[in-house]
Amino acid sequence: MAMAPAQTPNSYREGPDEHGHFGIYGGRFVAETLMPLILDLEKAYEDACKDPSFRAELDYFLEHYVGRPSPLYFAERLTDHFGGAKIYLKREELNHTGAHKINNCMGQILLAKRMGKKRIIAETGAGQHGVATATVAARFGLPCTIYMGKTDIERQSPNVFRMKLLGAEVVPVTSGSQTLKDAMNEALRDWVTQVEDTFYIIGTVAGPHPYPAMVRDFQAVIGNEAKAQMLKTEGRLPDTLVACVGGGSNAIGLFYPFLDDKEVAIDAVEAAGLGLESGKHAASLAKGRPGVLHGNRTYLLQDDDGQIIEAHSISAGLDYPGIGPEHSWLHDIGRVNFVSATDQEALDAFQLCAKLEGIIPALESSHALAHVARIAPDLPKDHIILVNLSGRGDKDIFTVATALGAKL
Amino acid sequence: MTVARIDARFAALKAEGRPGLVVFVTAGDPDLETSFEVIRALPAAGADVIEIGMPFTDPMADGPAIQAAGLRALANGQTLAKTLGLVRRFRETDQATPLVLMGYYNPIYSYGVPRFLTDAKAAGIDGLIVVDLPTEEDPELCLPALEQDIAFIRLATPTTDDKRLPTVLRHTSGFVYYVSINGITGSAAPDCNAVAAAVARLKRHTELPVAVGFGIRTPEQAAEIGGNADAAVVGSAVVSMIGEAAAEGLTGKPLADRISAFVATLAAGVRGAKRSAA
Repeated sequence: MAMAPAQTPNSYREGPDEHGHFGIYGGRFVAETLMPLILDLEKAYEDACKDPSFRAELDYFLEHYVGRPSPLYFAERLTDHFGGAKIYLKREELNHTGAHKINNCMGQILLAKRMGKKRIIAETGAGQHGVATATVAARFGLPCTIYMGKTDIERQSPNVFRMKLLGAEVVPVTSGSQTLKDAMNEALRDWVTQVEDTFYIIGTVAGPHPYPAMVRDFQAVIGNEAKAQMLKTEGRLPDTLVACVGGGSNAIGLFYPFLDDKEVAIDAVEAAGLGLESGKHAASLAKGRPGVLHGNRTYLLQDDDGQIIEAHSISAGLDYPGIGPEHSWLHDIGRVNFVSATDQEALDAFQLCAKLEGIIPALESSHALAHVARIAPDLPKDHIILVNLSGRGDKDIFTVATALGAKL
Repeated sequence: MTVARIDARFAALKAEGRPGLVVFVTAGDPDLETSFEVIRALPAAGADVIEIGMPFTDPMADGPAIQAAGLRALANGQTLAKTLGLVRRFRETDQATPLVLMGYYNPIYSYGVPRFLTDAKAAGIDGLIVVDLPTEEDPELCLPALEQDIAFIRLATPTTDDKRLPTVLRHTSGFVYYVSINGITGSAAPDCNAVAAAVARLKRHTELPVAVGFGIRTPEQAAEIGGNADAAVVGSAVVSMIGEAAAEGLTGKPLADRISAFVATLAAGVRGAKRSAA
């Protein structure tokens, strides 16, 4: 479905332009009240990037607090099971708080501190970004409000309690579909209301510029580490990268450092929910078209009138009707191959990984594993697949139990 | 007519020596026919300019009242094409009242910008307020709209400082909409002294009329704000009343009559405003 590229860029790593555009995607589609804040943020982030002490402080906390680098692990039993490609897992689930989300939160809270902000807000879907935000807010002593859809609060109750233990206020969002997109609307409304002292930590590579680029930069630690680790272990780059994609922060974090390594194939896995033809999915690239929401132009699930359609996925973290603008661009120019996996395929992969590797993966990451299960058997044994195991699945055990008909 | 119709109306208000009343309602709320009845009756009730909300599923700058209005309209099948149809019908009997479409960009982008501008102009739209198109995104819709003589009315806010104001005002026409509070529609009441100072600040940068909105709910507030501006905008209070009436089972003309009665009190408010700064 990818449109023919107008021209192949010399580098896939030069975006966005000064207006925050990746091709036609991205931009700054926000209310005027927020515009001065976004310009301030952009400038503060540029300054921080030029300041070696900012990077040094971030590196310190990533090592000593988050627990980086995360291991690159050869999944021998999964490899044997599929009987084809050699499978490596980038173990982001071993980070403090159990997912890749904290890489970005640590970067943004240090920026918030640098900007003198006094209050943190965030949106969350599965609760992983909310927990990561509440964690760094606790660590740096800033009050924190997390917006979470009422539906998500019900299906992710352990994470809700975790956030409260960390001192955050969790505000249930009852507008719209009561999920991630509505939580983001509500966080934006909060921000518009309390512009002076509030820093909005967006959890994915979406939102108005500079968020998509900034979140990507903070998550690129995943790919940078994995590249060095792979070179050390195998003496070469992997053949295929695989990651799940909702908004797309774990995916871009892994992919970005490899985008110009043209021999590396890149597969991103959208959530196909009950199936792409069921209408109940979260596959904005497979089934959406370009539109404008939450500050950026990107592929969106929408009806003929431009109204946003509810997404569905068993994984709350992928349950979003859009995708980061850089992914939309990478899709159109054909650098990243976007595929999908259903709820059932993800559930199967979830169980397989638990039983064979002793690792309970997040339902989000299970979508990536489901794709691996499809491609690995037919690939040669010297083909290396590198999968981003973006989060651990402890948070999902209730959802999985319900899906499997188990009583807890 | 387009932008000229807005200019003519504000010139007439100036000649009358009073501030104007701008009324916002959501198109198709609670249903298409009732919404037409409401809008058709607004000029006689005293609305000088009408803002017609284009419903959107994700109105990030709106409070609960306007969110709910949009959802009521969408639930009854409202689309952008139907909203333009509503405008066409209104224009069959009213050529004088300026009509401004207000909403978010995605439905317009989905409709197609050139087609939208052609159809909006043909229907009788005079101006656009698109909340999520700041001046940084002017090539999207603002510049094409200006080429069609459709006014692009910009929101200026308390966060728009003197340094940024000229940028914000650069391609603004018709009037400037001053958002009196940092926040969403229908929330905190504005502070009149702060509004007076803000309007005075805007007037140093532009010759355009300044309408003030967000948080104005009563005739008294409309009078106070009107005393300091060229117009007061009332949206959430009207839309809430439509919601309540619809919940009671009212539709059509009975609902429109109730709204007209309220708008008449607001209109009396602005007509009694004591002019100060503006």
